[in-house]
Amino acid sequence: MAHDGINYTSVDENSSVEQHLLNDFQHNFPLSPTPYADMGKQLGISEEQVLQILQAKKAAGVISRVGAVFAPNKVGASTLAAMAVSETELEQVAEQVSSFDSINHNYQREHEYNLWFVITAASKEILAEEIKKIESRTGYEILNLPMLEDYHIDLGFDIKWT
Amino acid sequence: MKVRKPASGSETVSSSVSLSEADKKLIAEIQGGLPLVSRPYEVIGKKLGLSEQQVIQQIQLFLEKGLIKRMGVVVRHHELGYRANAMVVWDIADEKVAELAPCMGKFEFVNLCYRRPRHLPQWRYNLFTMIHGHDRDEVMNNLKFLIEQCGLEDTVHEALFSIKRFKQRGALYQPQPTS
Repeated sequence: MAHDGINYTSVDENSSVEQHLLNDFQHNFPLSPTPYADMGKQLGISEEQVLQILQAKKAAGVISRVGAVFAPNKVGASTLAAMAVSETELEQVAEQVSSFDSINHNYQREHEYNLWFVITAASKEILAEEIKKIESRTGYEILNLPMLEDYHIDLGFDIKWT
Repeated sequence: MKVRKPASGSETVSSSVSLSEADKKLIAEIQGGLPLVSRPYEVIGKKLGLSEQQVIQQIQLFLEKGLIKRMGVVVRHHELGYRANAMVVWDIADEKVAELAPCMGKFEFVNLCYRRPRHLPQWRYNLFTMIHGHDRDEVMNNLKFLIEQCGLEDTVHEALFSIKRFKQRGALYQPQPTS
């Protein structure tokens, strides 16, 4: 049942359904026993189709997961870290950094500080230990930039399809 | 429309909320995402010895307490065609942050807006915004728009475009349960 009266189920509209599925449920995900069936009802497709699309998008890497985005530093502790690594060592150091389970994002950026990563741990104490371990493993000092204040309310990401 | 919502103040980092062992187990179980099955909360509950309703109520409580910012589909920008992103860092006078940061955080192309500590002399910047775009030009145009809209013409800043992504996945707040 598409409550807005639009029938999304014709073959030509498949991509539109996928777009709605990715765009409309970045927050307010149903906290009902059958969330995927409820999403399907809103889009006019079956639970099975919702699950198939989500599985395919996950396999393709378009979505990283369906679930919770935790508030930084409310659950556990995290920080943004930067290193100024010599170009010749960058690949190797990046690999060493990524090998830690506590690292979830790790990017090379255009700056003297050229390696940027997020470290997450269960507590501040474990986070401090992890920073020391990464410094000792790589031989580079970490610029430690924990979040002090959040001015952005996360409503997900409004995808502009082109 | 570029503005997605009225600025509604900020969220100061609070010390971590104290969590019970049961809370920690639930977080460990859901941090990697909900299972893509008909009754995901029941599946999680079975692993933890909780009922489906208990799992749902606990997640609802995490949302109310602000531990969970949102529940839903978490997309990856790069795979959606947003191939350019810049972390734009700003040196804003401390007394002006409270006025300027909410202006910057309200644009839909700004994905993050955090205050972080300076480390003088090597690091002068205290406000961090993440700007995504389909390409570099779009990011730069968005940045220009942001500067005009928030009156940041005289604010020292740098755009740190990403060159290579070595790793991207959800954060692990608790050790992963061995399955």
